[in-house]
Amino acid sequence: MIEFRAVTKCFDGGTVAVDELDLVAQDGEITVFVGPSGCGKTTSLRMVNRMIDPSSGVVAVDGQDVASRPAAELRRGIGYVIQQAGLFPHRSVLDNVATVPRLTGSTRRAARRRAAELLETVGLDPALADRYPAQLSGGQQQRVGVARALAADPPILLMDEPFSAVDPVVRDGLQDELLRLQDELDKTILFVTHDIDEAIRLGDAVAVLRVGGILAQYDPPQRLLAEPADDFVAEFVGKDRGYRGLSFVDSDALPVHDLPLVRLGDQPPCDGWLLAVDAGGRPRGWLEPDSGGGAVTEERLRAGGSLHRSGSPMRGALDAALSSPSGLGVVVDDGGAVVGAVVAEEVLAALRERRPGAA
Amino acid sequence: MILVEALGWLVDPANWQGPDGLLVRLGEHLWFTVRVVLIAAVIAVPLGLWVGHSGRGGVTLVGAANAMRALPTLGLVTFLFLLSPSTPVLVTIAGLVVLAVPPILAGAYAGVQSVDGRVTDAAIGMGMTGWQRLWQAEVPGSLPLLVGGVRNAALQVVATVTVAAYVGVGGLGEPLLVGLAINEYPQVAAVALVTAVLAVAVDTVLAVVQRLVVPNGLRLAASAAGAT
Ligand SMILES: Nc1ncnc2c1ncn2[C@@H]1O[C@H](COP(=O)(O)OP(=O)(O)O)[C@@H](O)[C@H]1O
Ligand SMILES: [Mg+2]
Repeated sequence: MIEFRAVTKCFDGGTVAVDELDLVAQDGEITVFVGPSGCGKTTSLRMVNRMIDPSSGVVAVDGQDVASRPAAELRRGIGYVIQQAGLFPHRSVLDNVATVPRLTGSTRRAARRRAAELLETVGLDPALADRYPAQLSGGQQQRVGVARALAADPPILLMDEPFSAVDPVVRDGLQDELLRLQDELDKTILFVTHDIDEAIRLGDAVAVLRVGGILAQYDPPQRLLAEPADDFVAEFVGKDRGYRGLSFVDSDALPVHDLPLVRLGDQPPCDGWLLAVDAGGRPRGWLEPDSGGGAVTEERLRAGGSLHRSGSPMRGALDAALSSPSGLGVVVDDGGAVVGAVVAEEVLAALRERRPGAA
Repeated sequence: MILVEALGWLVDPANWQGPDGLLVRLGEHLWFTVRVVLIAAVIAVPLGLWVGHSGRGGVTLVGAANAMRALPTLGLVTFLFLLSPSTPVLVTIAGLVVLAVPPILAGAYAGVQSVDGRVTDAAIGMGMTGWQRLWQAEVPGSLPLLVGGVRNAALQVVATVTVAAYVGVGGLGEPLLVGLAINEYPQVAAVALVTAVLAVAVDTVLAVVQRLVVPNGLRLAASAAGAT
């Protein structure tokens, strides 16, 4: 557990970077600090591992004031990941990851063995172990940065805009990977970002800060979307928040209808919209109504919309329905095989049902 | 013409042999260079690294280095010789060390400064002590510029060891001064040529050293940065 108790940081020159911050980051959760540039996110984070000391107030880890612990020793027990990773350019990937175990007294052999394990944990090809950072892509460097922070198995991870410098597709992958890792490892993570989407996607709890280092709201993401504390938060959370809020609504109550299917290579059995599937039952695309007889081939199909995985939140269901050329949102199981279809009207109806006061 | 005569002088074995032949002078010249560069490095490398590492005293350091650069070596050696006429070798070395310190100092300091701020930030954040950060992040990162500074210093020293002859302690300056005194210009040109070749040779050796000590990963990083 990481606690900020009335923490203020005022830099020489008078900038108040953090103002009377009170906040508790729970064990095993991802707590995100989000806010515009200069609102004190980095400063807050760096007060946890004593890279910055507060002007007043206390930062405590597991109830103990961090100021009472020697800085270097404290830091070795806290993983630290920054933007563009800050890897040692002269060390191989493996030796970068082995750095902290070496600092804490592991032998070179043991540290390297541990490092090799971690490369696998973060989804890096073991063949990259002997490369140098300059030979990796930005996304790979960032994974090495995460592996390096995890190497000494610290209970706490501090991450300062770790994924900001990589392109959006890679960032999505890194975010997924972090969530998967967190499922497995159960760390207490403080994560800084200026990207509200990232905050909502990753955070168990999200702290929105405004310039001047003032905590505007501290809540789970669904609450943040549903009930922004003030105009600043509402503005920051953005226009699509209604839609984004569906990420937190389960779709269990949504009816799933049968869907007319046709195997690739078969004759179309009827005239309406038909979803073509491969031998494994996975969707390949739509056959338009009245498109004539003859075996169904890939060339005759229209690309499908997004897919809604059974059991995942409502946002995916609505998107599947809206993006499907037939208006039928395709629902698939974990293996990717078609289960059925959802329609947008029923998503809206299901949401109506959930509202307080609904019959 | 003079170049042909100079080459003629050079191919005459008699000019290379004997107690004041070119070989002996070349040896003295090189030996001065080695001592001067080593002593200057022992002084300037730790100082430059430390100032770069601690981030304190950078302005003073640059000022001091510039002041040292402004001192003419011949004048300095002559002055020191007048103070202490009984120790001409020491005086020569001291004067040349003053010449060699600034480039090495600048190289070491700039080398540490050139280390990516994110790398030092990560080093601190993962719990390195000041020494660990210095040895594991800043020294390796400083090597390209640091060794560059040493190369620079060595070149200047090779070209300037000729001042040793003014206080009578040998080196390639000796045949140079003699040649000038007796108006033997082919000899002067020949010795100047030898000095230049020596400078190129020393620099080539140090270039090889630089290749050997600069870590592979840094070279890759530099070429990656250059490519973008
Ligand atoms: N070392 C420092 N000295 C003076 N002011 C600083 C220092 N570090 C940060 N600041 C100021 O404190 C405020 C918060 O900075 P920071 O925590 O880095 O913001 P963020 O990470 O949210 O962008 C900014 O106004 C910044 O200029
Ligand atoms: Mg920041």
